[in-house]
Amino acid sequence: MLKIGVLAVQGDIREHANMIEKIGHTPVKVKSIETLNEVEGLIIPGGESTTISKLMKKTGLWEELKRKAQNGFPIFGTCAGMIVVSKGIKNYPQQETLGLIDIYVERNAYGRQVFSFEEVLKFQEKDIKVTFIRAPKIVEYGENVEKLIEFKDAPVLVRENNILAASFHPEIEDDPSVHQYFVETIVAKKQVK
Amino acid sequence: MEKGTWVVKKGFAEMFKNGVIMDVTTAEQAKIAEEAGAVAVMALERVPADIRKAGGVARMASISKIKEIMEAVSIPVMAKVRIGHIAEARILEALGVDFIDESEVLTPADNKYHLNKHEYKVPFVCGARNLGEALRRIAEGAAMIRTKGEAGTGNVVEAVKHMRQVMDEVRMVQNMPEEELVTFAKQIGAPVDLVAEVKKLGRLPVVNFAAGGVATPADAALMMLLGADGVFVGSGIFKSKDPKKMAKAIVEAVLHYDDPEKLAKISEDIGSPMEGLEIEELDVHLQERGW
Repeated sequence: MLKIGVLAVQGDIREHANMIEKIGHTPVKVKSIETLNEVEGLIIPGGESTTISKLMKKTGLWEELKRKAQNGFPIFGTCAGMIVVSKGIKNYPQQETLGLIDIYVERNAYGRQVFSFEEVLKFQEKDIKVTFIRAPKIVEYGENVEKLIEFKDAPVLVRENNILAASFHPEIEDDPSVHQYFVETIVAKKQVK
Repeated sequence: MEKGTWVVKKGFAEMFKNGVIMDVTTAEQAKIAEEAGAVAVMALERVPADIRKAGGVARMASISKIKEIMEAVSIPVMAKVRIGHIAEARILEALGVDFIDESEVLTPADNKYHLNKHEYKVPFVCGARNLGEALRRIAEGAAMIRTKGEAGTGNVVEAVKHMRQVMDEVRMVQNMPEEELVTFAKQIGAPVDLVAEVKKLGRLPVVNFAAGGVATPADAALMMLLGADGVFVGSGIFKSKDPKKMAKAIVEAVLHYDDPEKLAKISEDIGSPMEGLEIEELDVHLQERGW
């Protein structure tokens, strides 16, 4: 049983924590550096990326997470979380990001809330139902970025070493496959320098 | 690809959790709110304190006002419609507003029925003072609830009353034997399946924010301590002496609501809050609107 952190500054923290419990691990809400140092990996949930970034800086988690990620600490960003871990935002270049994975994103690229949608995607030969809510889109990515799921013209689940990022919300519906992948394939096999 | 489903609407509201939604009346105010870390803004012609002062009929904000605010910020934009005003709601949906507040702060258009919110692709938030009212709104399709409080007063007492009422009833249902659910549902005027869901979840089936009277970081923290998922601040920010500082402080207070030392620091040097009103001295109680 692994201790998996869920960044608890803003957003749908409970839904991610429920998923971690569902796959038999222990979720820990992280809003300080001390608790961050107790967990084996961290999920940055959905929410408002502008709010999450500001509060991460205020709590010191921003710099600490940058440092830890460079040493191999596993991080999974969903929706707002993906924006936060990306290298930059094409349509809001002034908004700072952590730059932990070689992707550039566009915020709200699928449209405002009335265009948010549910979709069935193939992941590891299996159908999973996920939700795109005012979702960001990956518009540019480096050659070391592994495309785990693609939807229409863009990858929507990507991995580069210890960092996993999704345009969609895998935590809103019932299927824990993506969380399982994060915990069992990335966190459990991590090699922290 | 399925748009506007219940999961998408309810899921969007989940993203606001532990956040602050701020009333704004200009593009400039919307930017201040975004910069302070608001998770969304509510686009209005006037904040509730001014609506209260002006009297007369309060309607949906002008289209140009809402557009101006939508163009100014990257965070979600909400707007209010009058209770039961089908056409105002369809107009805001067509405009692409991210969330609609069917709100008692505006003058009701229908004194018997609320909107059938299931019919829309855009999600709705509605006010409630107790569990029955909250579950009636959810039955009509509200994807988010906010306890009503008394808007535009800067007085948190009604917000506290309504949050305590909802939470007390939730705790009561949680401990209620199955055979009592139907009679209880009848008493509070709520569908029994939703009462059963509350029992199962131990909370409302949708996100529940506090609203109506939050004026300081301590007020916001209080509402979080009472179990709110987040906070709406109406007049409390732009009727305070230093809106930028107040907005930032309230956002941080929602994050650190259970850490008194941090709250003390957050509450320091933020200028004076809006002036408050005594509930007994009000001519109009906005909270009584809603059926």
